[in-house]
Amino acid sequence: MSTFGVVGEDRQDLNRKENRRIRQRSISLLWDVVRPYRARFLTTIVLVIVSTALQVVGPTLIARGFDTGLPAAVDDNNFVPILFIVLGFVLSGVGAAAFLALYTRWSITISQDVLGELRRRIFAHTQRLSLEFHERYTSGRIIARQTSDIDTLGELLSGGLSSLASGILFLLFTAIALVAIDPISGIPLAVAMIPVAAVTWWFSNASRREFRASRIYSTRLIIQFVESMTGIRAVKSFRREPVDREAYADKVEDYRYATKRTIEVYGIYDPALKLIGSLTVATVLLLGAFRVVDGGLAVGALLAVVLYTRRFFGPIENLAMFYNSFQSASAALEKISGFLEEQPSVVEPRNPAPFVATRGDLSLESVSFAYNPESLVLPTFSLAIKGGETVALVGATGAGKSTLAKIIARFYDPTDGVVTLDGRDLRTISDIDLRNAITLVTQEAYLFSGSVADNIRMGKPNATDDELVAAARSVGAHEFISALPDGYDTDVNKRGNRLSAGQRQLVSFCRAFIANPRVLILDEATASLDIPSERLIQHGLTTLLAGRTAIIIAHRLSTVAIADRVLVMDGGRIIEDGPTAELLKGTGRFATLHRAWRDSLV
Amino acid sequence: MNTESAAPEKNTGVIRSLARIMPYAGPDMKRLILGMGIALISSGFALGIPLALEQLVDGPLKNGNPADIWWAVGLVAVLGLMEALFIYLRRVTVLTPGTRIDSRLRNAIYDHLQNLPIAFHDKWQSGQLLSRANSDVSLMRRWMSFGFVLLVSNAITIVFGVVILFTWSPLLALVFLVCSIPMFVFGSRFRSRYTGLSRAAQDQWGDVATSVEESVHGIRVLRSFGRGSDALSSFADRAATGRQLEVVKGNAKATLGFWLVWVPDFALAICLLTGVWLASEGDLTTGQFFAFFATAAVLAGPIESIGYLMALALEAHSGLNRIFEVLDRRNDIVNPDNPVTPADTGGSLIFEDVHFRHEGTPAGTPDLLNGVTLEIRPGETMALVGSTGCGKTTLTALPARLYDVTAGRILLDGVDVRSLDLTTLRTRIAMAFEDATLFSDTVRNNVLLGRHDLRDAPDEQATAVLEQALDIAEANFVYTLPHGVDTIIGEQGQSLSGGQRQRLALARAIAAAPEVLVLDDPLSALDVETEARVEAALRRVLKTTTALVVAHRPSTVMLADRVALLDKGRIAAVGTHAELLASSDAYRHVISSLDDEPRELPEDSA
Repeated sequence: MSTFGVVGEDRQDLNRKENRRIRQRSISLLWDVVRPYRARFLTTIVLVIVSTALQVVGPTLIARGFDTGLPAAVDDNNFVPILFIVLGFVLSGVGAAAFLALYTRWSITISQDVLGELRRRIFAHTQRLSLEFHERYTSGRIIARQTSDIDTLGELLSGGLSSLASGILFLLFTAIALVAIDPISGIPLAVAMIPVAAVTWWFSNASRREFRASRIYSTRLIIQFVESMTGIRAVKSFRREPVDREAYADKVEDYRYATKRTIEVYGIYDPALKLIGSLTVATVLLLGAFRVVDGGLAVGALLAVVLYTRRFFGPIENLAMFYNSFQSASAALEKISGFLEEQPSVVEPRNPAPFVATRGDLSLESVSFAYNPESLVLPTFSLAIKGGETVALVGATGAGKSTLAKIIARFYDPTDGVVTLDGRDLRTISDIDLRNAITLVTQEAYLFSGSVADNIRMGKPNATDDELVAAARSVGAHEFISALPDGYDTDVNKRGNRLSAGQRQLVSFCRAFIANPRVLILDEATASLDIPSERLIQHGLTTLLAGRTAIIIAHRLSTVAIADRVLVMDGGRIIEDGPTAELLKGTGRFATLHRAWRDSLV
Repeated sequence: MNTESAAPEKNTGVIRSLARIMPYAGPDMKRLILGMGIALISSGFALGIPLALEQLVDGPLKNGNPADIWWAVGLVAVLGLMEALFIYLRRVTVLTPGTRIDSRLRNAIYDHLQNLPIAFHDKWQSGQLLSRANSDVSLMRRWMSFGFVLLVSNAITIVFGVVILFTWSPLLALVFLVCSIPMFVFGSRFRSRYTGLSRAAQDQWGDVATSVEESVHGIRVLRSFGRGSDALSSFADRAATGRQLEVVKGNAKATLGFWLVWVPDFALAICLLTGVWLASEGDLTTGQFFAFFATAAVLAGPIESIGYLMALALEAHSGLNRIFEVLDRRNDIVNPDNPVTPADTGGSLIFEDVHFRHEGTPAGTPDLLNGVTLEIRPGETMALVGSTGCGKTTLTALPARLYDVTAGRILLDGVDVRSLDLTTLRTRIAMAFEDATLFSDTVRNNVLLGRHDLRDAPDEQATAVLEQALDIAEANFVYTLPHGVDTIIGEQGQSLSGGQRQRLALARAIAAAPEVLVLDDPLSALDVETEARVEAALRRVLKTTTALVVAHRPSTVMLADRVALLDKGRIAAVGTHAELLASSDAYRHVISSLDDEPRELPEDSA
């Protein structure tokens, strides 16, 4: 099995080699997004060093207080040394706090910038990936990548990174300060590192496994959540609630168990470190106490040594916490990096020459299409559509009409053959130029949150209000839009403003109208319209399609009537092709279909 | 030092709303409290270590008795071991309850959302809901199993620690306390500021999730118009606002951290000075002095952690508020207290002066449905015709109570649908929508969705129902799918064309074998030939089933015995197709495409 991209995303049983590859991929992604901030990152490290150094000075000063300040005051009534020590202590405290706060500010900005960059990359990549990918990769998964996975990473960056940097430094400084005061106390500390390394190694392996499982279950939870909420009408009318509830509860339980395991693993690691720490403190104390009795060590020094040893294990626990969130975040990063590794099957050209469609001549040369080698959807064929021609695509559902439309709009690339617009291979045209030239309007008229005007402006972001109204008038949508509570500014998601399927289709027509592309493809774009609306559009269409290349897929043959030419498809093949009037007069498929449809009207 | 002591009067809000989690904690609350007790004991051991140290410094270290040193050090070691042991026990104790509360909340939110009426879902995008059901719940888990336990036990530790400080030296302890006052003052200021910030950030991330969701669900539109980059920049704007809020939040935390670090250090410095003075006066032994600082060192950790825990508490607070905004939403479409069982089950459906307006429709606008009266007799098929946006779809959603009427009533077999058991009602009325929603499941399960009774029935019986429904809906294409009727479809499976999806949705409604079938323009995506075949088959089914069919085409109208014309919120006319064609101009306008259309197709295709 492969681990490339999103393949094997749900697998928990990765072998050593796969583990390494995935880890490498995650780390190189992390490095890639952190790299631009490395200068700022280094600055924060300097801040941490200063702050940590100042914090470490504290116990030393207390020790000095005991060993120098105290005797001077008690014996000689000389308060000068202790005053200096106290002043130093205050200054170091304030300084440490100030640098710490500064560091926190900087690091939050960096970590938010890194997260923002990742969010942006995932979003942009989502838009870049081909439709074919989206048809098999659930929307819930992408949402999981953008929400819970990013959240997990955020926990690492905001909390974890500071504990890493300060933890390591604290460790280092404390060890140095400790050895400086009393080298012998350094020995138990060094010995203690052996069990620390051992438990860390164990934790590393165990937690990686558990966090990976936790990510997988979390994603499943999100997928079901999104699916039920978007399909809530069907859920309710078919009483799917109990089934869904059970399924969701099962997933929640899986997730709960996985989460529990991750906490359990850390719950062993953390006290184990604490245990090692306590034993080390006791050993240091033992070694120190005998030397104090012998007079080999001052009491103050012992206090400092004991305080340092205790403090030494404080940051180790911070490091453990960091490592914990690092493990959690890298499980999330594995999924994100896998997603980003996916390559779009429809690739944008590297250095496309600018393109503006002129005549709108479409040509498909020896084109064939198959999703996979076993199922050929469109066997090899050629087709030329002259600029300005209106072509109707007719045929039974599943005949391949939509696939053909998607190939012309370059939602898919043909498996073989070339599609050209005005003689230029579609694959050499930049996405922006291509979309300006060719627009595909589908039956599913998706509206984005925002106003009706915002939704129409999707077709032409800089359209003026007058243009909006003109477009809406042309497709017969102006009347119903004006009747909405806030007219064109009506929020399509606000309570009570829900548009009907037909109204949504009218809005999506406005989009296409205002986009004014050279080639317009309407894939069942009028299916939900009632007859008066369709009639309105019909009039609009005549103006809309005038002088434009148009491909219309419609089951309502009334729409087909305005076509110059009809293509009848069956089983992926074009079985009839000719001027509409001619085909109508004949006895072929289209003539039969048209007669049946005619009879169905009143 | 905890939030309680910082500003008691304002804190009742935080505490009271956090207490709302209690019903979801249930029996696990006991274990959480036990966990706190254990946390306290472990802190107790930690605080015991300085006591042992004092004994060591003032005892064996002075008199130099090696045996005593062993004892004292042994005591320190044991205390350390016990501390570690109890930390472990605390984690084990709170582990299960924390995750259980998390699951209970998740399930409760999901169940509640599923039960909430469509009207609610119309105005909440799933991104906002998801951020509550997922991010906010995870936040609650961290708070309950970690933050809450530690905040309480650390607060108590600090109190005890301060008491112990007093036993070493009342004066020193007092100095320590007085010098810590700025911390309290700042803590309270932080609290009021952070609450709003945390809420704003959570809402913003919910909006970001919505952006993501829309960009994925609307990908075809974005792709068609090449608006991917616009979507990206609007997403980036939203994310940037979120980032800004996080930065401001982080800065507030940084400032709090500043106070929590320097103030205790400052207090310690003053204590050091005071201690030296006291010692010089002979009022303090070295051992006591030593122990005072060792205790203060134990307290440094909890004091510093309070800042983080306080921020977590405030975030949990606003997260929980967001969760309860959903959970508090009353479901007004519920089972009646005493459901009525209708005597007759013929399937008569009567609308009596039905009114409906969406919640929040501006005053002055007439009701969307403004007194609909219509009787559909048992076994009759009624077509519903009207112009786009006139309320047809809304009307079809009323019998199954996807929405409730705002006035008037709907009778199924003579009983108000609101008096019927909801499950019974929705078993008796099946629907097929124009936008066919299929679930990520097998074809078989999608089609047999409404047939809970078949789940335990023999396989042949279920298969028979399935095959018949697929046959009527002309959905036999499923047999050519890779695994036939066991192929997974829906978002996570095989992708199907619009027409194919619509036919499966129709098969689903037919398989449900309801008394009343409500079809909302169910054939719009079908080609003429398929439509004709489906209609022929449907006629057989409709002969015995009461049906309400939204129709846009004459061909669909032909399925019906009678047609009702919906106009301006009322039924303007009822009759057979021929009658209405003859009598109603409005009807002709809506249904007949022949009048206005060019009668002949363009002769020459120039």
